[in-house]
Amino acid sequence: MEKRRKIREFKPGSVFYACLVYLFLYLPIFVVIAFSFNTSEMNITFQGFTFEWYGRMFENRQLMQSFVNTIIVAASSTVLSVIIGTLCALGLYKFEFKLKNMISSSLYIPIVIPELVFAIALLIFFSSIHVSMSMITLIIAHVTFSMPFVVITVRARLAGFDKSIEEAARDLGANEIRTFFRVTLPMISPGVISGGMLALTMSLDDVVVSFFTAGPESQTLPLKILGMVRKGVSPDVNALSTLMILGTVVILLTATVIQGKLEKKM
Amino acid sequence: MIRSFKKRIGALVTVGPTMLWLGLFLMIPLVYVIGMSFLTKNAYGGVDFKFTLSNYSALFSKEYVKVFADSLWLSLETTIICLIVGYPFAYIIANAPKKWKPALVLLLMLPFWTNSLIRTYGWNTLLRTEGIINHFLQGIGLIDKPLNMLYTDGAVLLGMVYALLPFTVLPLHTSIEKLDKSLLEASSDLGASRVHTFIRVILPLTMPGIFAGSIQTFIPSLGFFFISDMMGGAKTMYIGNLIKNQFLSARNWPLGAVLSIVLIVITLVLMKLYTRVGSLEDMA
Amino acid sequence: MNKTQGNDVIVRISDVDKSFDGERVVKKLNLDVERGEFLTMLGPSGCGKTTTLRMIAGFEVPTSGQIFLEGEDVDDKKPYERNVNTVFQNYALFPHMNVFDNIAFGLVEKKVKKDEIRRRVEEMIRLVQLDGMEKRMPAQMSGGQKQRVAIARALVNRPKVLLLDEPLGALDLKLRKQMQGELKALQRRLGITFIYVTHDQEEALTMSDRIAVMNRGRLEQVGTPEQVYNHPETKFVADFIGESNIIEGYVENMTEDSIEVTMESGKAVIPETGYRMEEMVYLCIRPENLKISTEEKEGFRFRGQVREHIFIGSTNKTMIEMPNGQMLKSVTPAEDELIPTGTTVNVYWNPGKAVVMRTKEEQIYNVIEQSVEIEGMRNDQIF
Repeated sequence: MEKRRKIREFKPGSVFYACLVYLFLYLPIFVVIAFSFNTSEMNITFQGFTFEWYGRMFENRQLMQSFVNTIIVAASSTVLSVIIGTLCALGLYKFEFKLKNMISSSLYIPIVIPELVFAIALLIFFSSIHVSMSMITLIIAHVTFSMPFVVITVRARLAGFDKSIEEAARDLGANEIRTFFRVTLPMISPGVISGGMLALTMSLDDVVVSFFTAGPESQTLPLKILGMVRKGVSPDVNALSTLMILGTVVILLTATVIQGKLEKKM
Repeated sequence: MIRSFKKRIGALVTVGPTMLWLGLFLMIPLVYVIGMSFLTKNAYGGVDFKFTLSNYSALFSKEYVKVFADSLWLSLETTIICLIVGYPFAYIIANAPKKWKPALVLLLMLPFWTNSLIRTYGWNTLLRTEGIINHFLQGIGLIDKPLNMLYTDGAVLLGMVYALLPFTVLPLHTSIEKLDKSLLEASSDLGASRVHTFIRVILPLTMPGIFAGSIQTFIPSLGFFFISDMMGGAKTMYIGNLIKNQFLSARNWPLGAVLSIVLIVITLVLMKLYTRVGSLEDMA
Repeated sequence: MNKTQGNDVIVRISDVDKSFDGERVVKKLNLDVERGEFLTMLGPSGCGKTTTLRMIAGFEVPTSGQIFLEGEDVDDKKPYERNVNTVFQNYALFPHMNVFDNIAFGLVEKKVKKDEIRRRVEEMIRLVQLDGMEKRMPAQMSGGQKQRVAIARALVNRPKVLLLDEPLGALDLKLRKQMQGELKALQRRLGITFIYVTHDQEEALTMSDRIAVMNRGRLEQVGTPEQVYNHPETKFVADFIGESNIIEGYVENMTEDSIEVTMESGKAVIPETGYRMEEMVYLCIRPENLKISTEEKEGFRFRGQVREHIFIGSTNKTMIEMPNGQMLKSVTPAEDELIPTGTTVNVYWNPGKAVVMRTKEEQIYNVIEQSVEIEGMRNDQIF
């Protein structure tokens, strides 16, 4: 019986279709990775295997700078939005106050609003108050669009949270601060990790907002590539992109595993 | 008294930073956009503080109306294709054997974790006149002259579908996964064929996912200027590129602001429609 | 320090009032808990018993009035500054800690030395029979095991008072019975004061040294299980604890050693004194004390018709309909002969088996408000 059902739901046609869609999703990624090992300078045919571009990319100062910028922005905006967002989620969970509903729904504004509009708004705002674009403005922009996701993810975790567990900690002699670090934080940690992963992903993925809020000195790798595409991209870009893809995948996979383990344990 | 004061301080310390941040870097900038839309552009690419409605009336010129129509059409096409491709895909993943499912979902997440511009740039490499696909087709003798694939409207559509497909599939997957399998058994038990079960049971029950997926595809697609930049020619202008140009090359910020407001209005209308059938929580 | 009189009073609740958003959930509560006793606070949901417990623990602060722990006013003491511990209704185990760390939590907070923590936790684990489960996570345990961890986690701190908030509520009936016995034995052995909250009257009767019956934020009666069951002071107590026939009437005649009570459906002479003529009273007769007979009984002119017999294992329950429509219940051993349904019978009880309760004005007020609620309670708790 079980076997029959399996066959019905996962028959060859489905497998083929799923493979096709996955191929569609991964083909360009494979192309970028494959050509980072290509001896030819043209991205047309694969002529031979080499690590040359992985060495060469370090000589391309501007390119390296944009890579470093990407990492700095992603890391600092993730940390900031995790801290501010978690705090907010905790406050929304713990306290009853006026405007609470308004505040929780206002969190959806940055999620719903088109990135382009948000980017334009920041551009107009910063130039009106005579702030020139820099790493700081870029980080501010990234925190703004990723923080609401952290709040929502952590809140979802808190929603399934039994308030008496915190009371138990206080009952057993832990003051508010000890309770937070020994009980509350470990318990919401899977939510905090997912929130952080979302923030990191969004920062690394962003093009539109960065395009308008980065200064000439704070270009990120995607922006750099965007500027090069029409003229043709050098293979060291492939190498760096590959590195970035692999780096992100490793970090996020690790986070997923940790998060899954934490969640399973509880 | 002291306790309620303490609570207020607590709320202020925890929720305050977020509110301050969103107020300062989201709400106020949006007000600036509205303000900018009533100002006058001057000859040097800056603005004069002179009230005008001319930026709004400019919207009704033929060329802009065409830009809106083209953009909405492109977004609609993208959304529909994403749904048609994504629904069966999401359904297959959701019903995959338990053993395979985590891996399949992870494979779906991975492209999310890779910058969409880098991925689109991969397509650029594939589609170029002197690119991989043309080279391959010529090599096997299927064509003698390279096909003109890149910098066409078709390429833009491909890029859009490619960049947004995961955004469609994830909510679809969530809502199909939530589907109670015993309902399907009940439906076939009551004599419905598989097609009827799909139309009468599965489709209505996964509507929230369909709506959430559509919204999450349609709205961002309006602003993805870099895809038409990388994949499209100069033939068709889309709203995202038009807005971008007002701030960079054309230096007509008031007009750019007005165009942004149009995007906001479109979004608000869509959200209003959406909240009639789905909840905001499904979006995140 | 504000020492109160009475050496063995460990918890004193004095004139405590508690309101949430203007709604009074505890009203002028006065209660003394003695050292080493097992006191149960019993009442329907929403009666204020859990709120009272939470005020003792320090999770809620009285709106007015004071709570003394060992003679000391603890109004400004945080939960973590009070030498009482709580066992929560849904266990509230820390999901990210294993059994050992859960139990050790309080000792770690008190900065007890590591080897002493180990010794005391292991001792507790043995006491609650969880040997070998030190490394288990709460998610891998059954309800009964979790409950043992919760009890051990509280007791390891050697609290002056252990507060238990419906700790067995989530367990199935059989396990519940077993845990009742274990809890009582544990309390005897350790000599720690237990304040136990439950809505289950049977649980209260089996486990407690004393029961405090609460209703609508007020204390209805405090006494031993025997006192509360056999001598309920209010209609609510009579009705809430066990089954009762409660009949309304007034004093029509009095002699030196008895009163004659006239009810809607008849009269009865009761050997009680101290009532006024015309005074409204309630008679409360437990079903096992209510008897029926086809013969006339001296002192009773109280007749009804047998409507139904319900077989409940070792006993039979007979429903008798009185002329005013009230249904009375009589429980007899299963082997007794049954009077056929439809027979008109005389209802009576042996002298001293009817409790007479005054209908104080306040009580009447309570009764009117409660009747709806009690009906609801009966179905899910008593039957």
